[in-house]
This record gives sequence, structure tokens and C-alpha cells, in this order.
Amino acid sequence: MGVASERLPGRKVKPKGMSGAWGSIRSEFNDPEKRTAYWMILPTTLIVLLVAAWPILYAVWLSLQRILPNTTEWVWFSNYSRMFSDPVFYSALSNTFLFTVISVFFEFTLGLAIALALNKSFRGQGLARGIAIIPWAFPTVVSGAMWRLFYQDEVGIFAALASGLGYEGVILANDASVLIGAIVSDVWKTTPFVALLLLAGLQTIPDDVYEAARVDGATKWQQFMRVTLPLLKPAILVALLFRTLDAWRVYDLFWSMSDRQLDSLSTYVFEFVRVSQADFSIGNAAAVFVFVSSIVIAFVFVKVLGVREEA
Amino acid sequence: MDDHNKQSAISRIGFFVGIALFLIFTLFPLYWVLRMSLVSSDALFTKPTLGSIFSIPIDLSGQCNLFGLKFSCPPSYQTVLADDLYKDGLLNSLIIAGITTIICIVVGSAAAYALARIDFVARKPVLSAVLAISFFPAVAIIAPLFIQFQSFGLLNTYWAAIIPDVMFALPLTIYLLVAYFRQLPKGLEEAAKVDGANLWQAFYRITIPLSAPGVVTTGLLTFIFAWNEFLFANTFLLEPKVQPATVIIPQFASIYTVDYGAQAAAALLMTVPLVIMVLFFQRRIVAGLTAGAVK
Repeated sequence: MGVASERLPGRKVKPKGMSGAWGSIRSEFNDPEKRTAYWMILPTTLIVLLVAAWPILYAVWLSLQRILPNTTEWVWFSNYSRMFSDPVFYSALSNTFLFTVISVFFEFTLGLAIALALNKSFRGQGLARGIAIIPWAFPTVVSGAMWRLFYQDEVGIFAALASGLGYEGVILANDASVLIGAIVSDVWKTTPFVALLLLAGLQTIPDDVYEAARVDGATKWQQFMRVTLPLLKPAILVALLFRTLDAWRVYDLFWSMSDRQLDSLSTYVFEFVRVSQADFSIGNAAAVFVFVSSIVIAFVFVKVLGVREEA
Repeated sequence: MDDHNKQSAISRIGFFVGIALFLIFTLFPLYWVLRMSLVSSDALFTKPTLGSIFSIPIDLSGQCNLFGLKFSCPPSYQTVLADDLYKDGLLNSLIIAGITTIICIVVGSAAAYALARIDFVARKPVLSAVLAISFFPAVAIIAPLFIQFQSFGLLNTYWAAIIPDVMFALPLTIYLLVAYFRQLPKGLEEAAKVDGANLWQAFYRITIPLSAPGVVTTGLLTFIFAWNEFLFANTFLLEPKVQPATVIIPQFASIYTVDYGAQAAAALLMTVPLVIMVLFFQRRIVAGLTAGAVK
């Protein structure tokens, strides 16, 4: 077979045309450029393996044990059953769900409207686009802290507005209002970004498609439904996928909007992992839940709705 | 014809009203937080009326001291600029985001070059893995990382934030650079290779210098990403000495309980540099951010 001689560090060994995986791996590494390519991706690969893959496996492993200061006990799924019987978990889940659905809905519909408007040429279009990207640059905690000031009952502009409308009192008084406040803040920060994503998609639609539709006598509405939406579908799905997964892991915003009174799935994990060492294990179960539910969401977008991965 | 004109006039008006509403919705909060930070606390606590909303009675009774430079400024800025916690926070943010950006550019540009130029078997899987990472919920790995960092003695060091920041910023860095490298013509690299340069040399002698604008934009976006990061810093950095500004800001709600002007000033000061840079590089940033999504 001559295998031994091929293992020598000689550089110019020709691929032997061996069939099967081993042969293709061999020919892959015999090409000096491809070998260099593997060196080039090595640091990235190591970082991903050490800082993402290994920790998530470790988290799954930890979630199946009960870890107390002195003892560690293998308990299979009892952490999960404890988590699923915790009412706080359900409020975190429903807050996260409502936040995700409502904020993504508004960000998408408003973002699409803005994108359609910005797609027309008008003077000042470039300026409008430049302005659109400003909120995106804001750290989420800063945007949360800022909106919290607006709702504040002594100096907040919304409080002044509410009292002008006859409502006196604290605006962020309960969980529901904090949730609404967080959604408004998120819509402010993210809608322009969604609009820019969709606008980039709109600009890939060639004019002659509209021209053809117009010649066929399509109304504006028909053009939108039959031409714009179908051709924009890939950009829409990518934007929705990004936003949905981003909203699903909401943490910074809830943290800075209130004094940690409103739970999301991510703050729920944090509470257990960081604050309560005794219930560390439930936190791990919740962490795995967040991870798995994110995969399910991504899977639904990719398989059911048909986001295609572009590489 | 008349009817048609009337209709298009109405739709034009509707269009500009829409754009105006969008700009107001985007800009008014910024204007308002700026106003909050500039006025005296008396003016702040006065209920705004339609007439007073658009006037800013700037209060310059404060004394700011910035790098030894003394000048009069609104009292809110005096408060936050004299706050060591905040100043350390800004410095820590700069260090953490700066180191994260350098590592991401060095590690990510090599990977992006290989992914953009060489057709090797692992290319597709690696690109998919990198994309998958950007959807990864950060909170899922804080417990394992906490244990690991604790055993390596990394808690309360910058590295505890930098290491996960690099991991989560890398997908962005790599995707932007892959898109950028692909736009570059291959000719010069090919010529260099004919002259005997290997892939490494083609990469750092030809491609990197040629793609300086793309690398700068990518670096800026990576920096913003790391500057804005909160979860890891909040989990692994417990000592105020090492906390970045994002962790400090939410604390201000309880430190400066009723000094709302100072809270507004602190929020603005840590964001204004980013906004200026973003506006400066606006065209490139929009192109870069949207390229990956619509291609």
C-alpha cells in the first residue's frame, strides 16, 4: 500500500485516487493551499470549540446533577421537573414570549413600511438612512435606562403626557406596564435596523419586474402583494429570524428597565446561576431550555419557512 | 387627469408624513435625553408644555474637569465626569472592547480569507457553524464559563469578559470580512502567487492592505458589539474596578436616585462617541451589515 512512505512529511505526495473519505481527506491535505486554509481557520475553530461547544455540553451535563456546596448528585431530569413546576419560570417564559411576538411584529410591520418609503428616491434620503442607524448603535442597557427616564413619574415626558391626558400616577407600576415599556424601547432601537435590512432586500428587486407588472395592468396593491412580497421573502425571513432569536434571549433591556422586577428566560437563568448558589442546578436546566428552544425557533424558520443559508 | 394629480398629491403628502413620523419617533427620544442632561434640575422638574418642549434652557453653572482641562458645563456633566466609578467604567469598556476587537480582527481575518478564497471541504460546515453561533443564546453558557473562569482564576479580570466577547463577536467579524474579501478582484493575489508568494503572503501582503477600509469598518462594528455587551460583564465582573460602563449605567438608577440629569448625561456620554463614528462610516456600515442578509 505504501502507506508508511506517504506518512513521511514529504510535501509533494500525489493523491493516489483512493476512493472513499480517507482518500479525499488525504488529497485535501496534500494541497498546500488547502492545508494553509485549515491553519487559517484553526484559531477560530478552537475558540468556537472551547468557548461555545464545550460549555454547552458542560451545561447539559451540569443540568442533570444536583450541585450543592459539598456534594454532587446525579439526578437525571429532576432539575427540569423542578423548573417546570416553578411559577416564576412560567412568568419568565410568558414575558419572553409576549416580548418576542409583540416587539418583532411591530418592528417588522413598521420596518417594512419605512423600507418601502425609503426605497423611493427623494431629497434627504441619505440623511434619513443615516439617522435610522443611530438607535442601533445605542447599547441596549443605555436605551433601557433612557426610556426608563422617560417613563419616570417625576420628570418623565410620558408621565407629563399621561397627566396631560388625565392620568396621574406611576407609569411603570406593574409587570405589564414594564413589559410594554420594554417593547416600546426595543421597537425604537431596532425598527430602523430592520428597515435597513429590508431596504437592502428591496433594492435587489429590478425595476423591470415592476414595469412588467404595470404593463399587465397591476394596481399598486397587486404589485406589492404579487411582486414585492414574494421577491422580498428571503430578506424578510432573515430579518425575522435574526430579530426573533435576538428578542428570545432578551436580558439587558429587562435588567435596565426595572430593578430586576420583570423576569425573562435569560434573567431567570442568571438569577439561579449567579445569585442563588443553592439552586444553581435549576439555572442550568433553564439554560439548556433556552438553548434548545432557540434551536427549535431557528429550525422552524429554516425548515418550515424556508430561510436558505447563504454561504 | 386632474383626479390623478390629486391622488398622487395625496399619496405624496402621506409619504412625507410617514417619513416625518419615522424621523420624529427616532430622533425625539435622543433630543429629549440630551435636553434632560443639559438643563438645570429646576427646569427638569418643571412639567414640560408644548411651548417649552423645544427650548433648552442650558445650565452652565457646573465646572467640568476633563484631562486637566477646566470648563463650565451643565451640572449633570460635572457630576458624572467627577464620578470615578463612571470614568473607570469607560476606561474598562475601552480596554475590553479594544482587546476584543484586535483579537477578532486578527483571528477572524485569517479565517475569513480562507473561507472567501479557498474551496476546501470544511468550508461549508465552518460557515454554517459560524452562522449558528450568532444565534447562540449567550445565557446558556454562563454557568459553565463561571465555573471554568473561577477555577482558572479569571473572574474579575478583563479576560473573563474578553474571552466570551470574542466568541460572540467573531461570527460578525468573519461574515463581514468574507463578504468584503469576495468583492476584491483576485488578480493581484494570483500575480503574487505566480511570483512565488504562498497563501499567507498573498493574504497579508496583498489582501489585507487592499482591504483596509473593509477591515476598519468591520473593526468598528466589532468594537461597538463589544462596547455594548452586558451579560458576560455583568456575570463575571463583580468588582467595580473592572466593570465596563454598560454594567455601571443600570446601577446609576439607584446611585443617582433623583439626579435624573446625571443619569441622562451618563447614558449619552458613553454612546455619543459610537454615534459619531457610526455616522461617519454610515455608508459602509449599512452596506456591510445588510450584505450578509440579502445576498
